[in-house]
Amino acid sequence: MKAGPDEKGYFGVYGGSFVPETLMAPLAELAKAYQRTRRDREFQGRLDDLLVTYVGRPTPLYLASRLSARMGGARIWLKREDLCHTGAHKINNALGQALLARKMGKQRVIAETGAGQHGVAVATAAALLGLMCRVYMGSEDMRRQAPNVRRMRLLGAEVVPVESGSRTLKDAINEALRDWVTNVRTTHYILGSVLGPHPYPTIVRDFQSVIGREAFGQFRKTTRGLPDLVVLRRRGLQRRGDLLGVCSPRKGAPCRRGGRGPREWTG
Amino acid sequence: MSRLQAVFSAARKARRAAFVAYVTAGDPTPARTVEIARALRRGGADVLELGIPFSDPIADGPTNQRAAERALRAGMTPRGVIDTVADIRLEGEDLPIVLFTYANPVVQYGIWRFAEDAAAAGADGVLLTDVPVEEVERFRPAFLDSGLDPILLVTPTSTKERIRAAARLGRGFLYYVSRTGVTGAQSTLGRSLEADLRAVKKLSKLPVAVGFGISSPRQVQEVARLADGVVVGSAIVNRIERAGSSDTLAETIQRFVIPLAEACRRK
Repeated sequence: MKAGPDEKGYFGVYGGSFVPETLMAPLAELAKAYQRTRRDREFQGRLDDLLVTYVGRPTPLYLASRLSARMGGARIWLKREDLCHTGAHKINNALGQALLARKMGKQRVIAETGAGQHGVAVATAAALLGLMCRVYMGSEDMRRQAPNVRRMRLLGAEVVPVESGSRTLKDAINEALRDWVTNVRTTHYILGSVLGPHPYPTIVRDFQSVIGREAFGQFRKTTRGLPDLVVLRRRGLQRRGDLLGVCSPRKGAPCRRGGRGPREWTG
Repeated sequence: MSRLQAVFSAARKARRAAFVAYVTAGDPTPARTVEIARALRRGGADVLELGIPFSDPIADGPTNQRAAERALRAGMTPRGVIDTVADIRLEGEDLPIVLFTYANPVVQYGIWRFAEDAAAAGADGVLLTDVPVEEVERFRPAFLDSGLDPILLVTPTSTKERIRAAARLGRGFLYYVSRTGVTGAQSTLGRSLEADLRAVKKLSKLPVAVGFGISSPRQVQEVARLADGVVVGSAIVNRIERAGSSDTLAETIQRFVIPLAEACRRK
């Protein structure tokens, strides 16, 4: 995986923009607005501040000594993203994109969600920033994840069941895209994973890279070195976000020196 | 002159807009598509737009989503649609046929093989709803090489540069999506249609066909005054859904499109 996408949003053979023409102008607007915020000190300052005071960052890097002993080999550290506000790393990206939506003057955000973590994160960020929020969720997923549906509704979000296709995450993404095609002038779509058209993969990766920056910094502080292996859990489509987020800050030369740099391992 | 060009120039001489009729191939079953095609031609269709059903149709509204689900359930495949085109030609039908689908099925089939097979079967053009001008170069050489017209979409959110690019890279006709949103019948057309369409026609040498949301003879008449072609899709698909697999399906379709085709005549 290369460090950044080319100008058309390709990471090697992956990427690009396969969406209806209606979305191309808004995507270009999004890419431009996003590029501006990267250099915008005020924006970055606000985000950093919220990550500390609202999300509860930095999350601890914890040496799981009992687990390490039990596994009989590697010393195992856990980066405790579960301690973020709302209980998952999803809030890092949701908050970044909600701020971006405000910056672009949009009053409404929409999102897809599978298990509900991204939906809860977006509902939370929208409530914090005073944005209208609608979350699309497969009806099958809604049944399975009822507590998260209640949380989203408690936060003021409208949760819309998706009855098409397999009634799961991919259909929720399709439905969110259809909403966006229709309401594109007022609405920002907060995609929750490293997928979808350019510039989404880049945006999600960048907002999640805080995990990797913290983790590698914390690791170096305690061990004076780099981990031999980075292990991430991947569940369906959902976890590619953290994979890229954790590894992107350290995918450069320093990691590979000596051939002992971190490797990605998804399982 | 391609079959599409011939149809549009004949329509212009006859002081009418070309009538483009859309149905999803394989809906309600693959076996019925040939007779539906014949019914549409007899009812006055100048161009047949045949949808290749896809599991994730992000540009389509509920009507066409359900049609795609029915067709997929009935066993329709991209290969099956191409065979259906060949069958329609064997029946002696000579109207231009445009295949309407998404990037995914074509990439899965193999772009060059798809183009060769579709052209050999007798298709005239291909419209990929999620392939904007940025991505079309991946498909265009194969289509042109086989003598297929690549048909591109422009929308109310397209910039002048994008409209120019679509008019330059497309062949046959330019498809103007008359609103921001997904496919589907609606009762009123956008108010700015006239001005928007004039602007598009100024930037394009290709004939311009208007689609998305046109369902009644009155709307057809309104659009036919301004455009070189009028596309009706979901309204026909609604009739197919209602008629189901009844024996009178073809007759119902034919009777439904006659007034739409007549409304294409400019008064």
